[in-house]
Amino acid sequence: MRNIIKSSIMSLLVLAACQPAPENAASEPESTALVDDGELVLGDGFRATVVIDSTYKNARHLVVHQNGDIYLKMRADDGNGVLALRDSDGDGKVDVREEFSSINGTGIDIHDGYLYTSSKREIYRYKMNDGALLPDTTAEMVISELPDQISHAAKSFTFDDSGNLYVNVGAPSNACQQETRTAGSKGQDPCPQLEWQASIWRFDANQVGQTQQEHGYKYCTGIRNCVAMDWDHNSNSLFAVMHGRDQLSFLWPDYFDDKQSAELPGEEFLQIDEGDDFGWPFCYYDGFKNQKLLAPEYGGNGEEIGLCANKKDPVMAFPAHYAPNDLIFYQGDHFPERYKNGAFVTLHGSWNRAPEPQQGYLVAFVPFKDGKPNGKWEVFANGFAQVDTVKGPNDAKHRPMGLAEGPDGSLYITDSVKGKIWRITYSGTPT
Amino acid sequence: MKYYQFFGLLVFLFTSCGGGQEQSQDQNQAPESMIQPESEPETSTEAVAVNEAGKKVYDQYCLVCHQADGQGVPNAFPPLGETEYVNGDTDRLIGIVLNGLNGEIEVKGQIYNGVMVPHNFLSDQEVADVITYVRSSFGNNSPAVTADQVAKVRGG
Repeated sequence: MRNIIKSSIMSLLVLAACQPAPENAASEPESTALVDDGELVLGDGFRATVVIDSTYKNARHLVVHQNGDIYLKMRADDGNGVLALRDSDGDGKVDVREEFSSINGTGIDIHDGYLYTSSKREIYRYKMNDGALLPDTTAEMVISELPDQISHAAKSFTFDDSGNLYVNVGAPSNACQQETRTAGSKGQDPCPQLEWQASIWRFDANQVGQTQQEHGYKYCTGIRNCVAMDWDHNSNSLFAVMHGRDQLSFLWPDYFDDKQSAELPGEEFLQIDEGDDFGWPFCYYDGFKNQKLLAPEYGGNGEEIGLCANKKDPVMAFPAHYAPNDLIFYQGDHFPERYKNGAFVTLHGSWNRAPEPQQGYLVAFVPFKDGKPNGKWEVFANGFAQVDTVKGPNDAKHRPMGLAEGPDGSLYITDSVKGKIWRITYSGTPT
Repeated sequence: MKYYQFFGLLVFLFTSCGGGQEQSQDQNQAPESMIQPESEPETSTEAVAVNEAGKKVYDQYCLVCHQADGQGVPNAFPPLGETEYVNGDTDRLIGIVLNGLNGEIEVKGQIYNGVMVPHNFLSDQEVADVITYVRSSFGNNSPAVTADQVAKVRGG
């Protein structure tokens, strides 16, 4: 608490002392007046309440059912994969807690009366039971035989309004080097990882027994890893936020210093149409020049554009290595009007800005209008790390991970360090 | 917050706001004046020299994954502090630095399944220096490793 008060004072001092904010999309923007509310720092009128103080570390995505029940996905190496939580007496805190499912992983969502949940290689679903906290315990396999990979293995997913399911199949490497993460190693050309990975795949949302090879359709390509995905029902389009490549100075010290490596590339917020190519591994996005540049593995030098002129740009970018891990478009009416149809993004926080301090342990908001960002991104919730300087990610007391909108329009946020869940509400009055 | 840090912050704020842009990029970072220097244990001149050489190698090749505090990254890169891998069998540790490591390992009760690349391009002395540095940092207090030991492992 004292740290937060300090942080708040510091933030206010910074804001008061340094107006106006710079015109730089890649830098952290100013926030509206910040207030201290428990551990989290939120804007005026918003309040964070603790739904459950701790569950498990490696808590991942979550979904909130129409009746308020919460389903939290876990990525533990052992134990159960889904934690079902209910507030039966309406006091705002969970008092019923059930675990089920052997499927560990990241993705979870409710669609057409089923709870969908993903492992590293499969997507399953369980039929929901009316009124009951636990669904049927028989899992139906919807998709199997997704690639086995160590890096970027999270098979997050989302649904459109036409019966389709979109699955993130991340790249199994940083930059498709011939020798992985080895200084000076050139990129493979062609990059074989693009055939089945580094792409988002479309499937039938309601058909069981699908495989990637037989039933999958490569909807877009050239993405490194998009744990954060959502369908924007307002503009009827797929959006995702990408984890950009890293270690530019470690791998290519002739072209990049540590400071540049910490600040490049921007984390891209992608609007995705069928057939789009976003350029990985050949390109990375420079959030200062607002341009895709040729990756050093493919002959780039921090200036050259080359074939990247033909790759699709993001709609905006977050600062480098902030690690976007969930995205939702806000559909509720509980928050003020300006939040409607805007995007909330959890930024899990960096590890790859070292030796510079780590950054980005926060939840961001991007205002949208007509399916496009309408203004700069904002810090919506901060204070997760609970320390002034994060030297390494283990310093952070909390790391924001999953996001969900409740039936009343409140916003739920999960933490991957101890599995805490907060619910954000709006009262309209400063606290 | 100690008072001198607070005043340091004020000084930082009022001296750094001319440009604006640089300040905003650093909004999340503590200013230099707030970063406490790490206290160094008292050691002999020779040990300090090895530590400095080892730290240089660490900062260049290891820190990017294992982090400045040696505590690694959850689910990705294991910690180096107070683990059997670092403080146990030196031949195994030398082998990991030279040849890298693939596959699943358990460190402090956590499973890691990543790739550490080989560092056989480092000299025997550099490997000895960095291992000695790691074995005496991050809460570790284990004996030094010599270049001869590294040469022996490298030679098989």
